[in-house]
Amino acid sequence: MFKRLIVVLVLMAVLVTACATPTATTAPAETFRIAVVMPSATTDMAFSQSMWNALTAIQTEMGGATALEIKYSENMFNVPDAATAIRDYASQGFDVVIAHGSQYGSSVQEIAKDFPEVTFAWGTDVNTFGMNNVYAYTAAAEEGGYVNGVLAAKLTKSKIIGVTGPVEVGDAKTYIDGFVQGVTAVDPTITVSKTWTGSFSDVALMTEAAKTHIAAGADILTGSSQSVVGSIGAAKEAGNVLWFGTQQDQASLAPALVVASQVYDWTGMVREIIASHKAGTLGGKTYTLQLKNDGLKIVYNPGYALAADIKAAGDKAIADIISGAVTVQP
Amino acid sequence: MTDVFSVSVIVGILTSAIRLATPYLYAAIGETFAQRSGVLNLGVDGIMLVAAYGSFYVVLKTGNIWFGLLAAIIIGLLMGLLMSFISVTLKAEQGISGIGLYMFGLGLSSLLFKTTIGTVKTVTGFQPVKLPLLGDIPIVGNIFFNHSLLVYGAFLLVPLAWWVLEKTTWGLKIKSVGQNPAAADSLGVSVERVRYTSVCIGAILAGIAGASLSISLLNLFQDNVTAGQGFIAVALVYFGGWRPFGVLWGALLFSTVNAFQLWMQVLGVKIPSDVAIMLPYLLTIAALALSTNRGLAPAALNKPFERGES
Amino acid sequence: MTFEISKKQTKRQKFDWASLFFNALLPLAGMLIALLIGAVMLLILKVNPLVAYAELVKGAFGNVSGITQTLVKATPLLLVGLGICIAFRASVINIGGEGQIIVGAIAATWFPLTFRTWPGWLLIPLTLLVGFAAGAVWGFIPGILKARVKVNEILSTVMMNAVALQLMNLLVRSVLMDPAGITAGTYLAQSERLPEQVWLTRLVPQTLLHTGSIIAVVLAVLVYIFLWRTTIGYRIRAVGFNPEAARFAGINVPFNQALALTLAGGFAGIAGAIEVLGVQHRLLEGITSGYGFSGIVAALFGGLHPLGTIPASILFGALLVGGDKMQRAVQVPNSLISTILGLVVLFVVGSALWSRRWAAKRQMDAAKNEEPKP
Repeated sequence: MFKRLIVVLVLMAVLVTACATPTATTAPAETFRIAVVMPSATTDMAFSQSMWNALTAIQTEMGGATALEIKYSENMFNVPDAATAIRDYASQGFDVVIAHGSQYGSSVQEIAKDFPEVTFAWGTDVNTFGMNNVYAYTAAAEEGGYVNGVLAAKLTKSKIIGVTGPVEVGDAKTYIDGFVQGVTAVDPTITVSKTWTGSFSDVALMTEAAKTHIAAGADILTGSSQSVVGSIGAAKEAGNVLWFGTQQDQASLAPALVVASQVYDWTGMVREIIASHKAGTLGGKTYTLQLKNDGLKIVYNPGYALAADIKAAGDKAIADIISGAVTVQP
Repeated sequence: MTDVFSVSVIVGILTSAIRLATPYLYAAIGETFAQRSGVLNLGVDGIMLVAAYGSFYVVLKTGNIWFGLLAAIIIGLLMGLLMSFISVTLKAEQGISGIGLYMFGLGLSSLLFKTTIGTVKTVTGFQPVKLPLLGDIPIVGNIFFNHSLLVYGAFLLVPLAWWVLEKTTWGLKIKSVGQNPAAADSLGVSVERVRYTSVCIGAILAGIAGASLSISLLNLFQDNVTAGQGFIAVALVYFGGWRPFGVLWGALLFSTVNAFQLWMQVLGVKIPSDVAIMLPYLLTIAALALSTNRGLAPAALNKPFERGES
Repeated sequence: MTFEISKKQTKRQKFDWASLFFNALLPLAGMLIALLIGAVMLLILKVNPLVAYAELVKGAFGNVSGITQTLVKATPLLLVGLGICIAFRASVINIGGEGQIIVGAIAATWFPLTFRTWPGWLLIPLTLLVGFAAGAVWGFIPGILKARVKVNEILSTVMMNAVALQLMNLLVRSVLMDPAGITAGTYLAQSERLPEQVWLTRLVPQTLLHTGSIIAVVLAVLVYIFLWRTTIGYRIRAVGFNPEAARFAGINVPFNQALALTLAGGFAGIAGAIEVLGVQHRLLEGITSGYGFSGIVAALFGGLHPLGTIPASILFGALLVGGDKMQRAVQVPNSLISTILGLVVLFVVGSALWSRRWAAKRQMDAAKNEEPKP
């Protein structure tokens, strides 16, 4: 059978290349070009979508696709495939290549040295490998976690809060650790109960985990990863369970129950990277999204009527973190 | 910390287990039909995904949950016909055609989701329906009789499937085609027609399994929303010895242990979460290893039938 | 088994151009149908299919980067496929590749990190052996369960896959977690980078092609020798060909099936080890990339023959790499690639029917022509 397949592919190659026209990858000279490689889908309501939203927002801000060309590759959870994509985009003359996944680090380290005129930005991590065309970025998710924790602690009536997480790593871990610190700061007697489903994509198990928390008495839930859409659904079904989100504004999923979300806003960072690139600086800096630099935002859901004094407590927590009065451990 | 063995916790575990078992039941009972007739369909997860998308989309656009269920059934039928054509008519190697179907279903569902919906949304699907009288029984009522129609359907399917397989001529044909297709063929049974039907029944049920997720239990669709449940369902067919009640036992065992480990985590039992998550899988293997009552595999399973060959 | 027939056939006759052409035509037709359906989908997405498919071919074979990436992807496919070949020959289905790759990768990470001062020439072969051993254990467990308590291997391997994944989660977030990630507060789901002496040498600069590909080909030859030139290999094949006859001949069927599963696990384990040593240089989430399943497709496309799996893996790898390139060039969602690949698998595997019928007919005609005249 393998013999046949060889003939098949050779014939195909001849056929196709004979009829094909070359692709044009050039764009008008003024267009700034950004390529992004992501480990999950642009629709994941979580990590990848946050970067995608930022890039499309900047594109609109700059005047559309003629001003900013964006090419993307999503679902690149296979690292060698992602490395090929990163290298390919770099060799096509993109100004900035964003490797939006912590697993892409070694790939960026290898590829960036071959393309000194291209800016590489990758995260979430803090390592620029000492190269002057590499940016690293991360999000201090624990900060927003703390603020959400403070709000949750003030809102809970049953004094039981449920957390549904995927695997205890990365910004899922740091967000939840920050959340627990926030709750404890307000009232250490509140029980914060955590479940980990062991998967970033198993929505059914996440939903059931949320329902278990609810059945055990939790009246507020929070959690991280793309599968938390299931937890939000469970809160909605229960009717009176509140939700705090992270990475994305999740209010659209349960307009009456989402209190606030920590939103990763990459636009500031992307704007700065574009401006620096145009000015000749291609990298060498680490960005951390924080409340202080507006990279992290606590977005209150206007659809939920949050009592003024509780909101004030949340705002105070934000101010404290910004001023340094409160330090949150990741 | 609430005592793990208090009544409310046990009620919670069993109620969760029944919900969790629903998609496995639909998909595994469906696969039982297919395998009893001799066809291995590893593409169940792919069918579940496309049907989950399709039923979700229909409910999103029309608001009608029955149209959504119908969409899942039609999608299941179409993909079942594709699988039957490749595996029965073209007599392809069933293991790979199943994997090809899975790849196709996974890709198609994501593609359609991205191009037609584009972001995660929720719908109001099949809501829990409390059965009159039965639902009011203390404790038991809450566990068993306060679920959505699709959940009830999954459990009613089990005795129905048993009855079809054991008490109807149709069931006899299915079993004979799976056990000894040459003999069945010589008696005038159309092996191809029986296998087509069983595979399509299996695919339709897999479609309903997908719908049970997107328009009943979760009320949303996301990329890869099944997360491999279709493969677990196929494995449960082997656990259940190709018998509907065996499959029920397998689905319940797996789901109950799963619900149990979630409760253990919620109650703060000191066990690493990863080990807790392993429990349903380990215990399912252990249960099968320890059981003595095994079903016999259909002798012609995974072997395409050609008249004139043995 | 059809493959045996056609192999015997070509050995006895002169090179059969007609047969080759016909045999090639059918899977080509199958693949073309799949690509045609793909073309319709591309048109719906407002993309020129000819341009898209040209990019696919260019992406896989058009330049050094493409060719090396194809080989990089083909390597784990080949290794897993070798294990599948052995298992299928004993009539055992190994769907446990994903879990076996994971434990092989875990072992191949833990071992060099524990013995990080040892020299490369010692560490690399030992690590590969350790990876093999870990995968073999993960194949042995379903094997022994099947042999001793008749637990079907489809059930046990599917379950073991999930267990392996959780095991990796547990280790990568605790004892194996990269200390750099802990100090930086990022807590990334990966292990520490392996010491450089255990990295497999890169063969072509600016690419990921590494010596693991050569190791894989060598192993393919060894598996061929094992299956066709050793007594154990013969027994394994006998068990798969006709278990009843093998039992009568005194061959221990359950033992050999367990052995086949163990070996299959071992090869998947090496695939995991080689991914860690050659490509990633550490353990991280997603190390398997679905190779546990796509390796099965590669093996079956290769006729379940270890040497046939070599070109089959390269071609399947080419489809994957080319597909990604196509995605980048015309910016279609990459779920379209998966959809088209699924159709290719379906139709190519479906076209095998006529090849078999054609081969059987040739066999019968040849036999008829040799009958002695009355």
